[in-house]
Amino acid sequence: MTKVYMDNGATTPVDPKVIEAMQPYFSEVYGNPSSFHSFGREGRNAITEARDKVVELIGADYTKELIFTSGGTEADNYAIKGVASALEAKGKHIITSAVEHHAVLHTCKYLEKRRGFEVTYLPVDEDGLVNPEDVKDAIREDTILITIMMANNEVGTIQPIAQIGEIAKEAGVTFHTDAVQAVGTIPVDVNELNVDLLSLSGHKFNGPKGVGALYIRKGTRINKFMHGGAQERNRRATTENVPAIVGLGKAAEIAMEGLEQKQEKLVSLRDKLISGIEERIDHIKLNGHREKRLPGNVNVSIKYIEGESILMKLDLAGIAASSGSACTSGSLDPSHVLLSMGLTHEVAHGSLRLTLGKYNTKAEVDRVLEVLPKVVADLRSMSPIYNG
Amino acid sequence: MYTDKVMDHFENPRNVGELEGADGVGTVGNAKCGDIMKMYIKVADDKITDIKFKTFGCGAAIATSSIATELVKGKSVKEAQELTNKAVAEALGGLPPAKMHCSNLAADALKKAIDNYLGLETKNECEDHHHHEHNDFDHGCSI
Ligand SMILES: Cc1ncc(COP(=O)(O)O)c(C=O)c1O
Ligand SMILES: [Zn+2]
Repeated sequence: MTKVYMDNGATTPVDPKVIEAMQPYFSEVYGNPSSFHSFGREGRNAITEARDKVVELIGADYTKELIFTSGGTEADNYAIKGVASALEAKGKHIITSAVEHHAVLHTCKYLEKRRGFEVTYLPVDEDGLVNPEDVKDAIREDTILITIMMANNEVGTIQPIAQIGEIAKEAGVTFHTDAVQAVGTIPVDVNELNVDLLSLSGHKFNGPKGVGALYIRKGTRINKFMHGGAQERNRRATTENVPAIVGLGKAAEIAMEGLEQKQEKLVSLRDKLISGIEERIDHIKLNGHREKRLPGNVNVSIKYIEGESILMKLDLAGIAASSGSACTSGSLDPSHVLLSMGLTHEVAHGSLRLTLGKYNTKAEVDRVLEVLPKVVADLRSMSPIYNG
Repeated sequence: MYTDKVMDHFENPRNVGELEGADGVGTVGNAKCGDIMKMYIKVADDKITDIKFKTFGCGAAIATSSIATELVKGKSVKEAQELTNKAVAEALGGLPPAKMHCSNLAADALKKAIDNYLGLETKNECEDHHHHEHNDFDHGCSI
């Protein structure tokens, strides 16, 4: 059976050129980058080179503004907890949105429950968009941080980050964006976006898992996250994961060279998939903004059936996708993102996310368009809430 | 995550559909909690002579509905009433702990269908199963 991977929002395959770049750094160039000798120096140089590439990808001005982390989750935790602890004497109010990734939401909840912070969770409209005016209105005397994601991982909606950044800048409030789903897929420029902090993750753009970075604009007040050695300009202790960092650097280089092409390809596959689904299946709803949307994201609610059973049927046909249904998350509630967008529980339970990556093909989209309508018809025929 | 038995009943569900002129019909769950099961029974000489189901729900919900119908078809009403959620799960070779909610519905739907046949009143919906406390900090997310 030919398999089709359409879960690139969860993670992507590592580009063979990335693997090739990483290879020497396991057992040939294995020195500790903090060591004085030539072995260490080579590791150090490799990190410098990787940092330059990632810095270039996000348009940062200085290489020292980028700190490598263990991934997007750590970058989010570092940004939010680091700013919270640096500025808590000034104020204890944070503004975020209801549709953030759990890496941001649960960090905010932690600060709220255990550290006495107050958090405003801004609502979104039916397309998942945050209104910049709402951000402006939520800013208080004691607001120390605004954290709004650049692109949503579930529904693909792209937020007006530059506008929000301007508002934050005017108000003098530190602004963080979780750009994990954006970096390497759409253009990201920290200066155009007016952000002080930005999280990114390697495995979302054909780099390795377990490595990411936090961009910290020069002058931003933030406390360190990992205490120990003096690595990463004394901001993140632990011996650097050199192969992973090299891999992230290579992925950044490849992403930058091919960004336009990749975007074009993904948009064309995405739109073919969306219109194909809309033509072939009735009673569906596209979730997320139709235009302000990640190039590779398709998210539809298929009414009268449930997400996990759709995923299981697709999986049996070799197609990998994901869902915001409760039964895929281990809780009884479906995706907080879909509920925040005003979907009923019933419609949220029937959501299906197909996320395209740079290796997907037209033939694979056709295969999904051939299999999915059958899966839907099959499940609807057993549904007690579907009446033909 | 699922046993072969669960996968078999998910892929080839037994007794799917509606029963015209059913002697008892029972529905449990609601769309809010993600699973709805509807069971139809026909009874003759105190025996379940025919049974069918329709389910909106996950793989576990569909598989438990299917096996529950198999377990009681041809049995006496009393035997059918004694079917437990545990027995349903065991007949499938076990279910993941996170799936207990979904799997608890099959025997309940059957009981309601029997109650309906016997002319008994029953309370509706999935209060019994609804919203166990879940901790914001511990459920994982892969997307
Ligand atoms: C928007 C967003 N933020 C954060 C993360 C976490 O990234 P990582 O898996 O690198 O920790 C993800 C992906 O899982 C994501 O999609
Ligand atoms: Zn379920």
